[in-house]
Amino acid sequence: MQVILNNKEVYDKLDQLAAAIGASNLDYSSTVIVGIQQGGAVVSQFLYDRLLKNDKQAGSLKHGKLDITFYRDDVRNKILAPDPMHLPFSIEGKTVILVDDVLFTGRTIKAALDALFDYGRPERVQLCVLVDRKEHRQFPIQPDYTGIAIPSNRSDKLKLLISQDNEPQVVLLNQ
Amino acid sequence: MQLSTKHLLGIKNLTQEDISLILSTAQQFKEVLQRPVKKVPSLREVTIVNLFYENSTRTRISFELAEKRLSADIINFTASASSAAKGETLLDTVNNILSMKVDMVVMRHSASGAPHFLAEHIPAAIVNAGDGINEHPTQALLDAFSIQEKTGSLAGRKVALIGDIMHSRVAQSNIYLLKKMGASVVVCGPPTLIPKHIAQALGVDVSYNLKETLEWCDVANVLRIQLERQNQVLFSSLREYNLAYGISRDLLDSLNKDIVIMHPGPINRGVELNSDVADSKQSIILQQVENGVAVRMAVLYLLSGRSVAE
Repeated sequence: MQVILNNKEVYDKLDQLAAAIGASNLDYSSTVIVGIQQGGAVVSQFLYDRLLKNDKQAGSLKHGKLDITFYRDDVRNKILAPDPMHLPFSIEGKTVILVDDVLFTGRTIKAALDALFDYGRPERVQLCVLVDRKEHRQFPIQPDYTGIAIPSNRSDKLKLLISQDNEPQVVLLNQ
Repeated sequence: MQLSTKHLLGIKNLTQEDISLILSTAQQFKEVLQRPVKKVPSLREVTIVNLFYENSTRTRISFELAEKRLSADIINFTASASSAAKGETLLDTVNNILSMKVDMVVMRHSASGAPHFLAEHIPAAIVNAGDGINEHPTQALLDAFSIQEKTGSLAGRKVALIGDIMHSRVAQSNIYLLKKMGASVVVCGPPTLIPKHIAQALGVDVSYNLKETLEWCDVANVLRIQLERQNQVLFSSLREYNLAYGISRDLLDSLNKDIVIMHPGPINRGVELNSDVADSKQSIILQQVENGVAVRMAVLYLLSGRSVAE
């Protein structure tokens, strides 16, 4: 296991993302931030907390978690146990900021969009990712907010991990 | 995480981890059922046949709804309206259906062991929806889910199964499940409706006194008096049964606590449960039915894992 971003670098990128979202003139009362389980939910929780701290207006922002297990397109190969969903609010007509830790082929985001639309019809959906592996995209999906683009091999496995002392880092898992 | 089994034939051969996995997955499906769009695409390319060789309303509808909510294609087979009535054997019927490329079979049969027999002869995943007086695993799972939801946990919970234990596959599946998950179980009913060696065989306590049992338990799962499975007279009359083992409002009010009342349905009102109990706040009978869909979705989803090698 090789550390690509240590916890300080991860926090720096998260701060930049929060600043970029804060600077984009969103109407917080009609905006929700939704993290994809599990890594994306960690990132979105951090962004949500940081936005609340930076801006009093952000008090009306809502935060949720989306699990895409039932929407995966590889369900015929493996059955995965789902993580909890937590979207206790309507997304009808809202701006949804969809958050994931690592953007790779785009399949997860495609599944997340499918899942999201079963909760209602948002006005628009933006995508925010901590790490973008953009040279491996298989779908026409691009992030609106990117923490960092990291060049990688197709077979690499990049993940956001939370260490035992509760610090986030981005690691390259050995094959 | 995967189930340790390819079929759900009974609770008897499930591990504690299997049961926990089904219950936690059901929790996520219950969430799906609260949404504006109560449907997920997970089983889009799976075809399921519902083989019902015995009458059923609740279970059949519940399975059918669970299958539809998972986007599976379904075929309904009712024995009385089929070639089974012309004498076709079970195996022939199923092989004919499978040759049309069916992935899963949900089966109810009046013969104990019928789904186990099928599992040995066909490649599809089989879900037992009740076989004779053997097991009714999805009922026990939805009962457990409902107990967990209402009281917080299964471990340490005191559960009484009351009524016709002898003819009840629901009782047998419930006992296996509750024991595996660390609950204590008492079965209560007239001696003629409780198998003689059940205490040694299944590790439960037996009581013939309804009031003592209700005073002991946190949850009373009241079973239906199965008139159709009784070829001999096991108690003198339904009215007498009601007086001795029926649960009335007065009886519940005489306890010094509020116990949870469950029933797998269909209720014989005025026999095992009086209406003012069945329709009371303590009863979670309708929640059981609601949870049944989520639990069956979890079972079908977890068993739909087609092999990676192929």
